[in-house]
Amino acid sequence: MIEKGNILFCGVGGQGILLASELTAYALLIAGFDVKKSEVHGMAQRGGSVVAHLRYGDKVYSPLIDPGAADIQLAFEMVEAARYLPFLHPGSRSIVNIQKIAPPAVATGKMLYPAAPLDSLTEQGIKVYPVDGFGIAREVGEIKATNTVLVGALSTLLPIDVEVFVEVIRKQVPARFVEVNLAAFAAGRKSIGPL
Amino acid sequence: MTKNKQQQWLSGNEAFALGAYEAGVTVASGYPGTPSTEILVNLVKYQGVYTEWAPNEKVALEVALGACFAGARAFATMKHVGLNVAADPLFTASYTGVRGGLVIISADDPEMHSSQNEQDNRNYAFAAKLPMLEPADPAEAKEFVKLAFWISEAFDTPVLVRTTTRVSHVKGVVEKGEILPATTKVGIDKNPAKLVMLPANARKRRLAIEARTEKLIAFAETFARNIVELGDTAVGIITSGVCYQYVKEAFPQASVLKLGMVHPLPEKLIADFAAKVENLYIVEELDPFIELRVKAMGIPCKGKEVIPAIGELNAAMVRKGITGDPGPVLLAPVDLPPRPPNMCPGCPHRGLFYNLKRLKVFVSGDIGCYTLGFLPPLSAMDSCVCMGASVGIAHGMEKAIGQEEAQGKIVAVIGDSTFIHSGITGLVNTVYNKGASTLIILDNRITAMTGHQQNPASGRTLKGEPANALDLEALCRAVGVRHVRIVNPNAIQATFEVLKEEIARPEPSVVITRWPCALLPEERRRPKPLYGIAPASCTGCGACLTLGCPAISWVPVTPAEGKQLGCKEKQNGYARISEVLCVGCGQCPSLCKFQAIAVVEEGK
Repeated sequence: MIEKGNILFCGVGGQGILLASELTAYALLIAGFDVKKSEVHGMAQRGGSVVAHLRYGDKVYSPLIDPGAADIQLAFEMVEAARYLPFLHPGSRSIVNIQKIAPPAVATGKMLYPAAPLDSLTEQGIKVYPVDGFGIAREVGEIKATNTVLVGALSTLLPIDVEVFVEVIRKQVPARFVEVNLAAFAAGRKSIGPL
Repeated sequence: MTKNKQQQWLSGNEAFALGAYEAGVTVASGYPGTPSTEILVNLVKYQGVYTEWAPNEKVALEVALGACFAGARAFATMKHVGLNVAADPLFTASYTGVRGGLVIISADDPEMHSSQNEQDNRNYAFAAKLPMLEPADPAEAKEFVKLAFWISEAFDTPVLVRTTTRVSHVKGVVEKGEILPATTKVGIDKNPAKLVMLPANARKRRLAIEARTEKLIAFAETFARNIVELGDTAVGIITSGVCYQYVKEAFPQASVLKLGMVHPLPEKLIADFAAKVENLYIVEELDPFIELRVKAMGIPCKGKEVIPAIGELNAAMVRKGITGDPGPVLLAPVDLPPRPPNMCPGCPHRGLFYNLKRLKVFVSGDIGCYTLGFLPPLSAMDSCVCMGASVGIAHGMEKAIGQEEAQGKIVAVIGDSTFIHSGITGLVNTVYNKGASTLIILDNRITAMTGHQQNPASGRTLKGEPANALDLEALCRAVGVRHVRIVNPNAIQATFEVLKEEIARPEPSVVITRWPCALLPEERRRPKPLYGIAPASCTGCGACLTLGCPAISWVPVTPAEGKQLGCKEKQNGYARISEVLCVGCGQCPSLCKFQAIAVVEEGK
């Protein structure tokens, strides 16, 4: 049983990162942890790289994860997974949505999207769990539930009963989207498989 | 959501709103600005609190001051640079004091996540001779607003509450509390000697401020939120705000003096604390505000020589500063394509900046989403200083260079909300002083950057109720601008022609580029065409890529792949439109000389 932890959420503005971190925070709160979460709003949200820090434990002081101190990374995009490498350490675990979103310099043909962005993580001793969040969400029938697929994958690494997440999704997601999000969550859990 | 029903999971800004509600605030005014915006967005949800967006922070503070003169508990919210705009009423409100309580939130942005500077607004508390509280997390955010109202009424003073991004945009557990009953009867209570600040009265009030400060210093000595946590006495740390959290994280055993009130300081409490510890450190973000005052007391301490004065802190930086221990070696960053913020797909501003780049003019910019017009590939902004500055800067440049030489070379761009905030007076000046620059008002019908707040031109109040909508073109004409043109910025070529004409005109002119923000709910619901590029028709010239639309991307191809796709010889790639991202604004088709961009689906 982990008594405290640091989870770094990262990706591209508009991918539902804040909602994913919110669902995870609620689950940790119900499980009895003290939780703090730090986000950035405003200009930084406009299609740029987005990050949220989530910390839990008996008592959490700093709302920020120190560089090198993230235990788990939940990355919504591959280049963003690599961008936050200095927050990880050998032994960190990283769940990565294998989606590619071209940064502006790639979209305009000035730079190439890295051929194997996740190699930089595995080479440093980080355990990478690739998840086809977008593909799984499409199979479930709602591409907007990609973030819930990833929360499902993340839930397998956290000391929280699955029922707690189900309760949170039922409470936090608008009624008409509850079932599809529960399906997305379950499919996300399955994508990680037995650890 | 937690086991205790009295506990809520709130951001600092949500907690400030709850605190204002529990403090019995009945009038609140503010202007949106990161990281302060969500305070009023949440306060409006509570019953019995009148909330409004003012056109700027000065007006917001004046509205709150008026409400407090009428005996109500009043609240004003703004970002750090907003307090510069509101500084004029602030400094004299210190003289008048209050009737009902008056609390002003200054939301500072160390690290400049979404700001043009990182000024430390604790300096305002000193300069305006006002008490300032500084909460360290959402729980304190709620509690400190209530304390601030108590202090305001007990000491007859406006009270500043300083927050930072890592308090306002941090979520944590907050306890619900009791609502404070009002103690002042609301109504007209004439007291000209206290409220009319002409010199004879102001001189008397100046003395009252000194007496008040003496009382506040005595109060600070015993204030329950100036807390001494005595632990290991080898290291003692004085800190406040979110820095307290970094200190506790880095040094759980150290002795800490946590200041809930950063102005005025409890000198005796500080001296007693300093005497108990061997090495005294001051841990604060940005300026050496506490450090300079502790040093002036003759107490040796270390502050900015070990703690950075630039940007945000974290626990690792505090640990390194005090122990010299650099901590574990970090994994080196990887060289990656950068991902700066960008205008959204379908953003109406993009079409304008594409044209401004073509016109090769000096673009005097302003504060809003459109400041992103600075970034490549548009690269069409040449200056940006503060809210409303674009207009005056363009005029000043023209006067320096001379009208004949400057003619057709300088334009000012400003958003609808920013123009109302503080651009109008600049336009009055340009007309009055016979300038000839062109002002472009980017009217996307909303205050977009901060998350879609209503403004005087949007036709809705903060509560979402219908309101009078300011007529921008009539206003510009009333100021004396004879040429006011309205264009749809998505129509690239038509906008270009209008801009060319107006920029060449040897008198002031205004071009209003009017199209709603692509993210507005009604705009998202409106059926729009989906555009696509036929790879066989695309020559790979890259013209469409110069728009910098996130929906258009370059797909490199090898000669073999190109042949298979029907590409031209030597063509090394083609442009592609993402069906997920395209919102059908229609800007890109006019850029393609080969008619490769076409509607592939109507009414998506």
